[in-house]
Amino acid sequence: MGSITLFKKMVFAGGLALSGAAWAATPSAVMLANTCAACHGTGGSSMAQIPSLAGAPAEYFVDTMKAFKSGERKATVMDRVAKGYSDEEIALMGDYFAQQKLTPMKQGFDKAKASQGQRLHDKFCEKCHEDGGRKPDQGGVLAGQSMTYLTFTMADFLDGQRTMDKDMKKKVDEMLKSHDKSSVDALIHFYGSQQ
Amino acid sequence: MISRRNFIKLSGGAVAVGTLAGCAGGMSRGGAGGKVVVVGGGPGGATAAKYLRMADPSIEVTLIEANPKYYTCFMSNEVLGGDRDLDSITFGYDGLRRHGVRVVHDMVTQIDPATRKIMTKRGATFSYDRAIVSPGIDFKWGAIEGHSAELAESTIPHAWKAGPQTVALHKQLLDMKNGGTVVIATPAGAFRCPPGPYERASLIAQYLKRHKPKSKVIIMDSGDKFAKQGLFMAGWKKHYGYGTSNSIIEWVSGSQGGKIEGVDGKAMTVQGAVDKIKADVINVIPPQKAGKIAFDAGLTDGDWCPVNKKTFESKIHAGIHVLGDASNSAGMPKSGYSANVQAKVCAMAVADLLAGREPGFPSYMNTCYSVVAEDHGISVSIVYTFDEAKNEIVAVKGAGGVTPSDASAEALRREAHYAHGWFANITNDIFG
Repeated sequence: MGSITLFKKMVFAGGLALSGAAWAATPSAVMLANTCAACHGTGGSSMAQIPSLAGAPAEYFVDTMKAFKSGERKATVMDRVAKGYSDEEIALMGDYFAQQKLTPMKQGFDKAKASQGQRLHDKFCEKCHEDGGRKPDQGGVLAGQSMTYLTFTMADFLDGQRTMDKDMKKKVDEMLKSHDKSSVDALIHFYGSQQ
Repeated sequence: MISRRNFIKLSGGAVAVGTLAGCAGGMSRGGAGGKVVVVGGGPGGATAAKYLRMADPSIEVTLIEANPKYYTCFMSNEVLGGDRDLDSITFGYDGLRRHGVRVVHDMVTQIDPATRKIMTKRGATFSYDRAIVSPGIDFKWGAIEGHSAELAESTIPHAWKAGPQTVALHKQLLDMKNGGTVVIATPAGAFRCPPGPYERASLIAQYLKRHKPKSKVIIMDSGDKFAKQGLFMAGWKKHYGYGTSNSIIEWVSGSQGGKIEGVDGKAMTVQGAVDKIKADVINVIPPQKAGKIAFDAGLTDGDWCPVNKKTFESKIHAGIHVLGDASNSAGMPKSGYSANVQAKVCAMAVADLLAGREPGFPSYMNTCYSVVAEDHGISVSIVYTFDEAKNEIVAVKGAGGVTPSDASAEALRREAHYAHGWFANITNDIFG
């Protein structure tokens, strides 16, 4: 990923030296990303319901958009939207949002559930979703994300609408074996509590 | 001193000077300064002012808007239906001030493209290097016999610009008897928010279902088809008995006599091509054209303002950009989302032009949610690109479209949530 970013920086730096025609056909990263803000928030930090994009790893953004595009991942709206962008444009947006700092969502949460969620997170999730779900090493940013959205997402994972990868499935199964379904809700309150 | 504008003219092409201005990164663009005056503080104008400051903080941006508060049209149908209050769709301009926009509450009376000056009702004059005009819509009074601005202010509100008329229409619904009739008449021609009248019918029907179940809403339609028609009708069947004799919503298409010819505010009747209908609440949405200042400034051709779709610069007067509902951006609907996106394309183009750069290749999109009932949202979403040869905004093939007709109840419930999330985010993107 590092080398791709470096390559893009070089292209940007030399951008205007290229001929207009060769350069013109692709919108800039910021031009593309600006079109997302009405739903996902300015700079990709959402204030309500719809997921934030800011700070998500570029690779996760690209994989997600491609999964929407192919229909592999179901959506309400994004499957229709993702088909409108080329792989090159998706890569530009992915890099752009990865560089944006997330403003965590202000939302109400249950304190007791959040602390139960923190214990569950430490035990089952922290290994991949590091730093309390803040550090986006794998998957999207969980901390400060819309609890409504996380609720939808977990419901989809649990009823098979969305496929968990092997590691996640193992951990979720493990958690649900020793805890009831309210453990999922507790996790969501923990991520929502990080503001 | 050579003014910036003349400098660009002298240089003959922006690409040549682009390297002088320097363009080191995708975002931080060289501070070239310049004065931009934005006329109109709705979604188009306010977004443009904010994003200009974000694109280049060295640009001096003045926004002139008559009213200290803006009421969004989007979600105003929920105010009509009683699910939210007017405060929740009311926005001020302090957010823009925090971005360094100079906000002036005054009415623009004249724009002189030759001297690049803007005059106001209070006698102030503002000079600009580039102006952005986003006046929204005005109404074509006289198209419907008996209808007038005065009648809309009293007994037959249009409520198609949100604010006091939204409150007035809501109050009429509250005061109506159980068993009353509400008529919504849709406008002919291009108009703001194409699915809006049908969302309005839906949310009024929801109010009636809850509080006055013997009542009904009749949509007198100027046309024979409408935006998201299949999805709306499916929702009406599900929630409001549409298609049965007990339906709360009745739709009269244009060819069935839905196009109204006149309205009588005293007798409370609308005259259709076939029937005269007596109603308790009448909401005539008049046909529309660009806001008044667009006509006064000579920016219109027909009802709307022709613009270059890459920069939204007027095709009539150089140096003036027109966007949002007032512009003729055929291909994109007249929506808050469209205005918001067009404003960003325009702001970046204006920043580029002021810095002597060739404007970048644009990207646009529109997502429009409609709330059919509590927990039932639908949407249309389209990604657009720019056809340089034709200077047109065109939908990207194979993408976009409406909510699938077989969407599950859960998917529709989520769309209602996302509609509200969209509202929070777009209003913050515009005014925050």
